[in-house]
Amino acid sequence: MVANFNPFPLSRSTFMQFDKYIILAFLLALLVALPIISLIFMALASDFTSLKHIVTSILPRASLTTIILLFGVGILTALIGSITAWLVSFFAFPMRKFFSWALILPLAVPTYISAYGFVEFFSFTGPVQTLIRNIFGFSSPREYWFFEIRSLGGAIIVLSLVLYPYVYLLVRALFIIQGRVAIEAGEVLGAAKEKIFIKILIPLARPALALGVILVMMEAINDIGAMEYLGVKTLTLSIFSVWINQGDFAGAAQIALILLFIVLLLILVEQFARRRQKFSEVGKSTYHAQFNLYKISGIKKWLASLICLLPILSGFGIPFIILGNYALKSLRNGIDIRLFNATLTSVSLALMAAILTVIFAIFLTYAVRIKPTKIMKFLARLASIGYAIPGTIIALGIFIPLANFDNFLDFYMRNWFGISSGLLITGSGLTLIYAYIVRFMAIAEGTISSSLQKISYNLDEAASLYGRGRFATFREIIFPLLRPAIASAALLVFIDTLKELSATIMLRPFGIETLSIYIHDLASRGRIEQASTASILIILVGIVPLIFLSRTIIKKVE
Amino acid sequence: MRNLIRHIGTIFIITTIIFTLKPVLAQEKIVNIYSYRQPDLIAPLLQEFSKQTGIKTKLLYLNKGLVERLKAEGANSPADIILTTDFSRLIALKNAHLLRKVTSEKINNNIPPQYRDEEGYWFGLTVRARVVFASKARVKQNDITYEELAEEKWRGKICSRSGQNIYNIGLFASMIAHHGVEKTKKWLKGLKANLARSPVGNDRAQIKAIYSGECDISLGNSYYAGLMRNNEEYPEQKQWEAAVKILFPNRDGRGTHVNLSGMGMAKYAPNPQNALLLMEFLASKKAQEIYAEQVYEYPVLRGAELSSTVKSFGQLKADKISLSTIAEYSAKASRLVDEVGFDD
Repeated sequence: MVANFNPFPLSRSTFMQFDKYIILAFLLALLVALPIISLIFMALASDFTSLKHIVTSILPRASLTTIILLFGVGILTALIGSITAWLVSFFAFPMRKFFSWALILPLAVPTYISAYGFVEFFSFTGPVQTLIRNIFGFSSPREYWFFEIRSLGGAIIVLSLVLYPYVYLLVRALFIIQGRVAIEAGEVLGAAKEKIFIKILIPLARPALALGVILVMMEAINDIGAMEYLGVKTLTLSIFSVWINQGDFAGAAQIALILLFIVLLLILVEQFARRRQKFSEVGKSTYHAQFNLYKISGIKKWLASLICLLPILSGFGIPFIILGNYALKSLRNGIDIRLFNATLTSVSLALMAAILTVIFAIFLTYAVRIKPTKIMKFLARLASIGYAIPGTIIALGIFIPLANFDNFLDFYMRNWFGISSGLLITGSGLTLIYAYIVRFMAIAEGTISSSLQKISYNLDEAASLYGRGRFATFREIIFPLLRPAIASAALLVFIDTLKELSATIMLRPFGIETLSIYIHDLASRGRIEQASTASILIILVGIVPLIFLSRTIIKKVE
Repeated sequence: MRNLIRHIGTIFIITTIIFTLKPVLAQEKIVNIYSYRQPDLIAPLLQEFSKQTGIKTKLLYLNKGLVERLKAEGANSPADIILTTDFSRLIALKNAHLLRKVTSEKINNNIPPQYRDEEGYWFGLTVRARVVFASKARVKQNDITYEELAEEKWRGKICSRSGQNIYNIGLFASMIAHHGVEKTKKWLKGLKANLARSPVGNDRAQIKAIYSGECDISLGNSYYAGLMRNNEEYPEQKQWEAAVKILFPNRDGRGTHVNLSGMGMAKYAPNPQNALLLMEFLASKKAQEIYAEQVYEYPVLRGAELSSTVKSFGQLKADKISLSTIAEYSAKASRLVDEVGFDD
């Protein structure tokens, strides 16, 4: 789309500046892509003895499960996310303002916590089945049929209900910016509202919808905690049986690469399907217009409220009620001091991760914009698919090269200066931050680049005609337009870091405990009540930025 | 807005410094533990050790990737001791050359030879029996064998956790060691066919399923019954446990399959003296009895007092086959689980 575009006059000074920038961006991309590259090496450094076993006994079953899971979660989140975004963006109905931010709430619930809440809620001893037994007088589960939440179908529902906010957020942002114009066009042609939604708004929102669904799928594919708990044998779980029980890490890395391949394929298919679409270019005027919401009548009004209420109630309400109830019980025994420290650690780690990931993402996406070479595009892509790999595996891709570097440095420090630097990087919390950047780059890169694509290239051109350099153009023109996207990206990364468990367990040095680790410790010992307090804390800490997040989006309208 | 950014920036810099310096600052008498075992399970033991010796302990719980992490850290690894929940991991650590030889009379006197490495690289601490939990109401028999779990009479009556769970892999590997690959595969298929539902949940969840009537028997480690029976925090588990009885499989034959939790000293342990003291403490009568009393496992030390709960389970006759022999088959066992689609 922009391959032949060259907005820069060839003056020597801008050329130099430009190259320095590109080199920096290239290095950053390389840094983020490094763990994946090292994973590829680990997968290839193998005698491939497991390959036959993987291909014949694991792949057929596990890939089918994985693909059903991905499509199920993809379709369900697309439906929930876009329908609620549509209702909230264009219609007046009771509690619309509340729903517009509350619909994001489930995002604060980690999938492993949600899975736990759902199983408790629907289990034999949980409130639903107990009620059914009391009403009908059953005594054994053999006397009645009940939906088994610990199944593939259950997993699709549980994951969709906490992940749909990605779709909702991105689609809603797009509706706010561009929806009005499109709807007016539809009205002029006399189309019905539902038809406008399907024929005009959905195709319009497709890039945002696709990005949301891809993020959701990547999160679903890398999930271990919830899948293990729900007994769904995805490829990701096979990674662990091959690695840990069959002692073949290379084989496990090979399966991880298959995961990456599936995700890349999904992205490519989506892009191919969209190849004829042109990006609409927005100036500021479109989103300054005051938007009048459609009035809808009686039953329809309440139906809209109900549709928005259901995902919030189930995605947020069920885990929150189950865990809140336990948390209250355990609070009677006082608050654990560990909890306070863990909260502080979690928040500072998440803050650092959010800031750095977003800075890296801006560099990356902007570099791809001003110099879309093949290698740069490839690196940017590689840098932003780490999200699809389970945290533990990506953590090893980070830890092994970094520890080698530490040992290498230590060796020379001892020889030259007689000082031991020990495990300089891996012995500190820095590895963790690095891991978060690698894992969540997809979210930041996706959110920022989709917004950057909508900024007209004419603006760059105009700026450079006025003699503005690369940095000035960015600071004065691009950055202000990108601000909402940057805020969204930072907040999403913040929340995801709070929830992150598997890479954190693998990489943390002595003495660092986060909320997610605290929960894991207690929950795996069956101390659910104490773990619940921490789960509620994660949810609460996550809600604060979520409210900011929805504010930044709504502000754009005003 | 600008102020906010400045504040965030300050916090950012300070926390970075704290995280970088934190590990460097502490310089005291210490022993560092990498553990597959959950921290609060061993907390009472470590407290007792610190009280006796004045040596502080630091514990890092890692359930996956411990071997790879140790390998990558190499000579600079801070780890002194590794604790595991299973013997195959001890053997894997030894095979990866991540352990160092320890010769201590104190330890060797307390731990019987079948529960430690003959060369002194690793030592068992507790014995964990893989028993059958059976419904008191619906199962009449009081004897059972692992082999009969594949028989038709149990069709639709067995619950199990994932076949890839480390304790199941240990049991399946011992079946290979006794009966060979082909027979074990057939047995696994039979067991799979008898399952009442797809494998899901942990050992406790299977007991709960017997209580709720979803199935009649399940495989599990015996100490779970103890933990549930004495669970004051979560008293409904007492009710679940009360619904089952414990059968020790093959007690008239080769004996019940047992696993080991254990320890080894890291090859590059920076505090080997302190580590040795901790290892000797963990093998001591005092520590062994804390284990027995608090987590309802079988102490390896003969003569250590069993908890009254464990005594009530009945007599354990452990399978005598060497653990190293079983460990040789664990990868194969894991592959068989994939091949028969046990977890589907």
